[in-house]
Amino acid sequence: MTVSIVVVSHSEKIADGAVELAAQMAPDVALLAAGGTTDGRIGTSLEKVLAALDKAAGGDGVVIVTDLGSAVMTAESALEFVEDASEMVLADAPLVEGLVAAAVAAQGGGDVQAVKRAAEAVGGPARQAGTTALQAVGEGPVTGSGPDYTGDFELVNQAGMHARPAAKIAGGLSSLDAEVQVNGVDGASMTALMTLAAGKGSVLHVEAWGADAERAVNYIGGLVQAGFGEP
Amino acid sequence: MVLDVVWTIKWLTLCAQAMAEHRVELIELDRAIGDSDHGENMDRGFQAVLDKLSDSPPETPGAALKLTATTLMSKVGGAAGPLYGTAFLRAATSLGDAPEIAPADWANALAAARDGIVARGKAEPGDKTMVDAWTPAAEAATKAAADGGQDALTVLVAAAEAAEAGAVATDPLVARKGRASYLGERSAGHRDPGAASSALILRAAVKAAA
Repeated sequence: MTVSIVVVSHSEKIADGAVELAAQMAPDVALLAAGGTTDGRIGTSLEKVLAALDKAAGGDGVVIVTDLGSAVMTAESALEFVEDASEMVLADAPLVEGLVAAAVAAQGGGDVQAVKRAAEAVGGPARQAGTTALQAVGEGPVTGSGPDYTGDFELVNQAGMHARPAAKIAGGLSSLDAEVQVNGVDGASMTALMTLAAGKGSVLHVEAWGADAERAVNYIGGLVQAGFGEP
Repeated sequence: MVLDVVWTIKWLTLCAQAMAEHRVELIELDRAIGDSDHGENMDRGFQAVLDKLSDSPPETPGAALKLTATTLMSKVGGAAGPLYGTAFLRAATSLGDAPEIAPADWANALAAARDGIVARGKAEPGDKTMVDAWTPAAEAATKAAADGGQDALTVLVAAAEAAEAGAVATDPLVARKGRASYLGERSAGHRDPGAASSALILRAAVKAAA
């Protein structure tokens, strides 16, 4: 059993498509789409969201990712109707990137808060100023003190850094108590890692702060040296 | 006048009628500063409420409002769905399963509805949203009930008039929430459609008691 994820979108196609995409990287995670209105229009439907939450309930908790404005409001409203919403949280994250990051974190065994953090660490345009995601990203460097642990690792797999390796790094870090920077970007953000465009032979400079700093660096080192399980 | 479930159903029926009558007007208001779907959405939402009310007639005012809340949230589609849905839901919760609504209960229900809209939409008074209709309405109802208004109609009228004045007062405001806020200064000079539909809903409450 893992954390389940509910996708609330104005469009049925977007919700279904996002679920299809994330399912590739998280085959064991229950991903439930709640897109569009009950009569097939663009919009969000409380009925659909409640039905998805109902299916998702009873496991290790539920993380909800949403698209635009009223999807957030519909999801929040749905939580008012649910009998026990204690293990159900909304993630403030871009829908597709947040969903994939969340799904990978859930696949890796992260709990509700870890999965939510993984989604929010994606670092798309934040909807509200001062979100925890932005603060978390800033925490390490802002203190001005050097990292607690560092490491340099050369990419050995043919394809270098791309979606799956980035998802593995970001997903694994979500369950560790550490702020990690990889070549200056947030290691918990799948999209930030992908923007490094690091090919085979590039070196990843990993800096980590926090209680699990050493584990975090070793985790990334292990993945890189094993070529992320790729040729 | 006793505000019981019969009155509540009449009120909701008159809401549906008002949304149908003012559908084009609300669409025009929303076309100016939004995405011109408010009249359409509200009309569809309240027609669905009428269907639900006849399918499974509620036994208390609170039950009628809760049914309205879930229906609007499911059928409206736009941002107005969860906002009005939350308003009706919080009002229903505030009324509980009492068979009748006393004047002070109505004031409390309006305050609960207003708080629900604020919690859901994160708007404040002056942002040019439906909050600008609900806030003065709740305050006026509270004052009318506290002034010894044992007459329900007096309290209903006070709320409706305050909501109407609040909606008119959104005309010169610059929107700070919702889609109209994308227009910035250009949103001034137009009435907020959500405040306008809120005033229609509270006016329908008066008509149901008349």
